[in-house]
Amino acid sequence: MKPFVIDTTNGICAALFIFLGGFFALQSLGLEIGTAFRMGPGYFPLVLAIVLILLGAVILIQAVRFESEPIGHIAWRGMLFILPAPIFFGLTVRGLGFIPSIFLTALIASFASGRMRPLTALVLSAGLTLFAFLVFSYALGLPFRRFGPWLPSWLVL
Amino acid sequence: MELLDNLALGFSTATSLANLGFCLIGVLLGTLIGVLPGIGATATIAMLLPITFQIGDPVSSLIMLAGIYYGAQYGGSTTAILINMPGESSSAVTAIDGYQMAKNGRAGAALAIAAIGSFFAGTVSTFLVAIFAPPLTAIALQFGAAEYFSLMIVGLVSSVALAHGSIVKALAMVVLGLLLGIVGTDIYTGTPRFTLGIREYADGLNFVAVAVGVFGVAEILRNLENEHERSVLIRRVSGLMPTREDFRRMAAPIVRGTIIGSALGILPGGGAILAAFASYTVEKRVSKNPGEFGKGAVEGVAGPESANNAGAQTSFIPMLTLGIPANPVMALMIGAMIIQGIVPGPNVAIEQPALFWGIIASMWIGNLMLIILNLPLIGLWVKLLTIPYYVLFPIIMAFCSIGVYSVNTNVYDLYAVAFFGFLGYLLTKLRCEPAPLLLGFVLGPLLEENLRRAMILARGDPSTFVTRPISAGLLFIALAVLVIVFLPAVKKKREEVFVEEN
Repeated sequence: MKPFVIDTTNGICAALFIFLGGFFALQSLGLEIGTAFRMGPGYFPLVLAIVLILLGAVILIQAVRFESEPIGHIAWRGMLFILPAPIFFGLTVRGLGFIPSIFLTALIASFASGRMRPLTALVLSAGLTLFAFLVFSYALGLPFRRFGPWLPSWLVL
Repeated sequence: MELLDNLALGFSTATSLANLGFCLIGVLLGTLIGVLPGIGATATIAMLLPITFQIGDPVSSLIMLAGIYYGAQYGGSTTAILINMPGESSSAVTAIDGYQMAKNGRAGAALAIAAIGSFFAGTVSTFLVAIFAPPLTAIALQFGAAEYFSLMIVGLVSSVALAHGSIVKALAMVVLGLLLGIVGTDIYTGTPRFTLGIREYADGLNFVAVAVGVFGVAEILRNLENEHERSVLIRRVSGLMPTREDFRRMAAPIVRGTIIGSALGILPGGGAILAAFASYTVEKRVSKNPGEFGKGAVEGVAGPESANNAGAQTSFIPMLTLGIPANPVMALMIGAMIIQGIVPGPNVAIEQPALFWGIIASMWIGNLMLIILNLPLIGLWVKLLTIPYYVLFPIIMAFCSIGVYSVNTNVYDLYAVAFFGFLGYLLTKLRCEPAPLLLGFVLGPLLEENLRRAMILARGDPSTFVTRPISAGLLFIALAVLVIVFLPAVKKKREEVFVEEN
């Protein structure tokens, strides 16, 4: 008998789809389902969620039966610095204001690459901030506060 | 002649000074970003989408968006030829012979052939769009909820058929996209759904945030996996003018490519990619010396490039007439329309003729601008290729953040970018294509609305979908497509095609 092996890529893939399907199914059950005639808000998503779980199950069966491509290299460093960048911008754009916030956002994202040197990152972020200020704040006139209330007033002036 | 009147209206809209300007900016920006290696047309458009919302007028904004699309496609071909790095899978075919031509010192000629082929194809297919759009619109106006539902099923199923890799995974991606699309307030009862109690998601997940995350951020992460030096062979491109011999050899492939591309582009699900492959195969078959293919054959650049561009153009037909996106780019266009307050579908042509015909006319103008601008500017684009990637992505991330935030000034949209960037990257690593997910996301709310309306109209009898002839026909097509892709012979062939592409 063959030993029981699950292919990593497809195994994780199946688990992800089943998990997401399960999430939507559980949430749908909390909504009014209704009938096929008058569908409630939960009807269509519940059907879709069940289909997603079933498709996940099919992938799981494939994962047990066949081997697929390996997952390969994962950009851990990239994820560590790229993903927080928009979150940081969202957290600080109102408090710090547009200009300091976009400067720091670019700086954080810069460190996603091992090739970036600190000085280059600073210069790049500064240039980018100037450009963003000129284009978005000055030329397009987006209604962003340039400096926010978190900064002491003597610094802004 | 109604067609001429319509085209006249379109051209007068598209040639207003402001719209010409927006088209030009779009084409330039699109090429600029599209030329940057590793960033395909879809990612380019997703990133630049928010900028177009800053223009108040929906016509100008969509014209600019269309310009970005052509520009990005052209940029993708340029990188394919010069550094063998196709930005988009549809220009992967161009890379085969285009890069070889560049290696033989004929980069200039290859770029010119690609541009001329694209322009010819663009001209022909713009007219095809103008001719075929009105009758299709007339048919679409007869559609009820049941027909719309079935039509969307056809679109979704085709996107599955044309996705890379596993069909089951692509189906799962469509379903996941549909589910993500219906996050937000239920239109019939006003109940918030799947918002996790976050009021900011009551209007649904921001389409731009999802697109930027799944296509833009995920693509950056993938490029960061293994950073290696790109070798740019060509520092200077000279000899742009193709020789007389080149012209003789490229004429027939361009015409054939245009025909293949126009036909396949209408198919929902991304016909441009298929068109480029089909054209390459045809050219190789009819060629007197097929051995030359893969070693820098002029036909191998001219045919697929024309097919690719023709397909890109005719994929506007289902988008403009039916409101059904044929590929992820069209899904982005539909998303843009919805944000601008336009309901996509057959009514666009009737209620907003200036918009409808303006976009069609701007297609041709955009193509003309590309050929006039890009050949002289090629030196600049080559310089852009030498920009190291680690300088590019902080810029992209910063602009994506500003762009997404500027759409609704909702900080939760930025959190959604990070989440969908992560999810998109994870799914790519698990060999799941993001394109079907985006199509599902756009169609999710429409599909549900039409399903519910159709069921109410039919008093809860699901047979309405098969007793109404058009709906039944469409569902039959969807079923046939599904059966065909699952047939062992087709499945094998399909895998071969996609393997060849990688």
